[in-house]
Amino acid sequence: MRQGKYPFVIGFLAVPVTLYTVFVVSPYLQAFWLSMTEWRGIGAPRWIGFGNFERLLSDEVFWKAVRHHGVLLLALPLITIAIALFFAFMLNVGGGSRGGQRVGVRGSGFYRVVFFFPQVLAVAIIAVLFQMVYRPDESGLINGILVKLGLEPVFFLINPNLALWSIIAVLVWQAVGFYVVLFSAGMASIPTEIYEAAELDGASRVTMFFRVTIPLLWDTLQVAWVYLGIAAFDAFAIVAVLSVDSGGPDGATTVLAMEIYRNAFVYSRYGYASAMGVALFFLTITFAALTLRVSRRESVEY
Amino acid sequence: MSATPDTPSAHPAPPAGTTPAESAAPGATRRDVLRRAAAAGLLVTPVAGLLGACATGGGDSGGTEQATGEKTAQNPLGVKEDAALEVVIFNGGYGDRYATDVHQKLYQAAFPKAKIIHQSTQAVSTVLQPRFASGNPPEFVNNSGEKFLDFGALVADGQLQDLTDLWEAPSVDDPNKKVRDTVMPGVVEQGMFNTPDGQRKPYVLYYVSTVYGIWYSGKLFRENGWTAPTTWEQFTALCEQIKSKGITPFGYAGANAAYYMWNVILSQAAKVGGPEILRNIDNLEPDAWKADAVIQAARAWAEIGKHFSDKSFEGLKHTDVQLRQNQYKLAFYPSGDWLENEQKKDTPPGFEYQIMPMPSLTAADKLPHGAIRAAAGEGYFVSAKSKNPRGGMEYMRQMLSKAGARGFTETVGAATVVPAASEGYQFPPGVASSQAALRAAGQNVFNMMFDNWYKELDTEARTATNELMFGRASAEEWAERIQRRADAIKNDSSIAKFTR
Repeated sequence: MRQGKYPFVIGFLAVPVTLYTVFVVSPYLQAFWLSMTEWRGIGAPRWIGFGNFERLLSDEVFWKAVRHHGVLLLALPLITIAIALFFAFMLNVGGGSRGGQRVGVRGSGFYRVVFFFPQVLAVAIIAVLFQMVYRPDESGLINGILVKLGLEPVFFLINPNLALWSIIAVLVWQAVGFYVVLFSAGMASIPTEIYEAAELDGASRVTMFFRVTIPLLWDTLQVAWVYLGIAAFDAFAIVAVLSVDSGGPDGATTVLAMEIYRNAFVYSRYGYASAMGVALFFLTITFAALTLRVSRRESVEY
Repeated sequence: MSATPDTPSAHPAPPAGTTPAESAAPGATRRDVLRRAAAAGLLVTPVAGLLGACATGGGDSGGTEQATGEKTAQNPLGVKEDAALEVVIFNGGYGDRYATDVHQKLYQAAFPKAKIIHQSTQAVSTVLQPRFASGNPPEFVNNSGEKFLDFGALVADGQLQDLTDLWEAPSVDDPNKKVRDTVMPGVVEQGMFNTPDGQRKPYVLYYVSTVYGIWYSGKLFRENGWTAPTTWEQFTALCEQIKSKGITPFGYAGANAAYYMWNVILSQAAKVGGPEILRNIDNLEPDAWKADAVIQAARAWAEIGKHFSDKSFEGLKHTDVQLRQNQYKLAFYPSGDWLENEQKKDTPPGFEYQIMPMPSLTAADKLPHGAIRAAAGEGYFVSAKSKNPRGGMEYMRQMLSKAGARGFTETVGAATVVPAASEGYQFPPGVASSQAALRAAGQNVFNMMFDNWYKELDTEARTATNELMFGRASAEEWAERIQRRADAIKNDSSIAKFTR
């Protein structure tokens, strides 16, 4: 076995490494190179150094998109994790103890399935669904009810102050199910004796949630935070399909991927779009590095 | 020229790399999980890079053998009779049957030995970009749809065949008449582009005659005793009446078709201030958008938006709003004359689409009431670096023959730029009324090109127009921000400039 080690290892690595190089590394390098050029999609790209990046600095729409990522980065993980934790707690522990076993609220098996539904749907379908939900006239799901009640319709995607939050609501709605399952699995691995002990000490459900569940779930929470942070840097499909005027009104919901798409495929500015891609790359990598650094501290062992 | 919104394909949001069980297993190292998650995050990043990977390779193969044949009366462009011809058609609103059933049959009849390779696509640039990059483009291209190839970039790279020979050649039906004299005035000019060395050459054939205006239902108006208004006072008075009947007087779709509305404002401006208002805008002249006539038009229409439209339309797509008109819930809708064909399925019998020009805004308008925006739409070009560019031009000559143009009209129900081919054809009521309006306008026909030349200016105008029409910006602010973008484009050396 010892002599055959290297051919064996190489034999396994060759294919994935080649695939990775061809489909991941080389497009990255090319995007970096293109970001230093001016290229309209036809003919040879022209080298312009950091010209595209200088332009980025004074591009209002780019900064608007970056700000939106900032909002998403705070709101999406916070809201999603809060809701998912609450649901997971209610589904697994919230029902009290039965025969020494912690159980969820009545019907939790059913809810578990229902919460996971949005995760099964394709993102584009969700966006189309919410077009119907948010429609500004009486044929919209929400506004139809409001109009019937004699109220003024709410312009979810048209009102510039509301549009981004309407998009965030969809992202949260779609993500919650997955994190309920993730947190449920985490909670299942928390030893029941700890809950029993807490119960004997007279801890209420709220205390149990904050003093027992959250500390012992810390690992899982961090994973969720990283995932949702990455999702906050994307949001392309929902914005592209759902928002008014592709990221509108007046850029109120635009995100970087939307602007990359617009610059590359509408304006034929492939070089500039690549520069935005590179900027997004550095934003994502900074976020990932920061999160790893911050999460280095030890969690509670049990 | 259809209002296709940008609908990019979706890609999944959450990076699914780890199963819940895995991450929650007591011993599984959290840092591994995080690393994997971070790596998954990196994967989401540069979209354009992947595309670049296949698109920049290759280069000019340079000396492509180009086929030529002997020039004769039957073959004035000197096509090599057995040279193959590859035709790429955008399969959109007009389909591709007009090409396979009409034009290609005509070409085949003229050159029985030629082999025609037909291809149709809904994403022209996706299919053709690598072919241009590798120096092997098809002869004939219908460059249209949401993903059309940037004309400016094609011109700058010398990819387009100079069509002068075609326009100067004798026409198929009458050898004493040049092809250029068989088409409507302005068609050749519309397809002219500035070359990098400062000349202007005809590179593109715009084939379909398009008339823009405001549409209403003949039936609805007849039943209510309304007539199409010609002055602004009549227009606002009628809007009042329509509103009191519970019908929305005017509206357009803000979600994806705001350009229908800037088209209205600029057409109005052209009537107030004359067609040079639009030429200045196209030529990126300083303060072209801030001209009095433009501001006046914007202000007038913003008032219509405020009093006679429906705020919810900003969130609707063009098909939604058009459907509302078909349901008699909306009176006036601005569009081009593809509208009738587009709505065929939803139009109730007897609806009877009718077009009207913009009502005259002032008594001192430079253009008479009948003046209308008419243009040639749907661009076709021949690749200069293909193997058989002469064949491509001959294909165009056949398209522009009476039989070719008539066949197109009969197949898709739209008029072409060859007036002789539409004579006596029984158009549906909408196109009939737009053709009549075009005839009535006579010489008072105007057009604008900036949205074709500078996509970014189109986007800015759309966004600004929504802000204006739905009450978030004044006419001055509207003009100011579009002008700022026009100036930025003018000062940007990377964008090829065009003038007319």
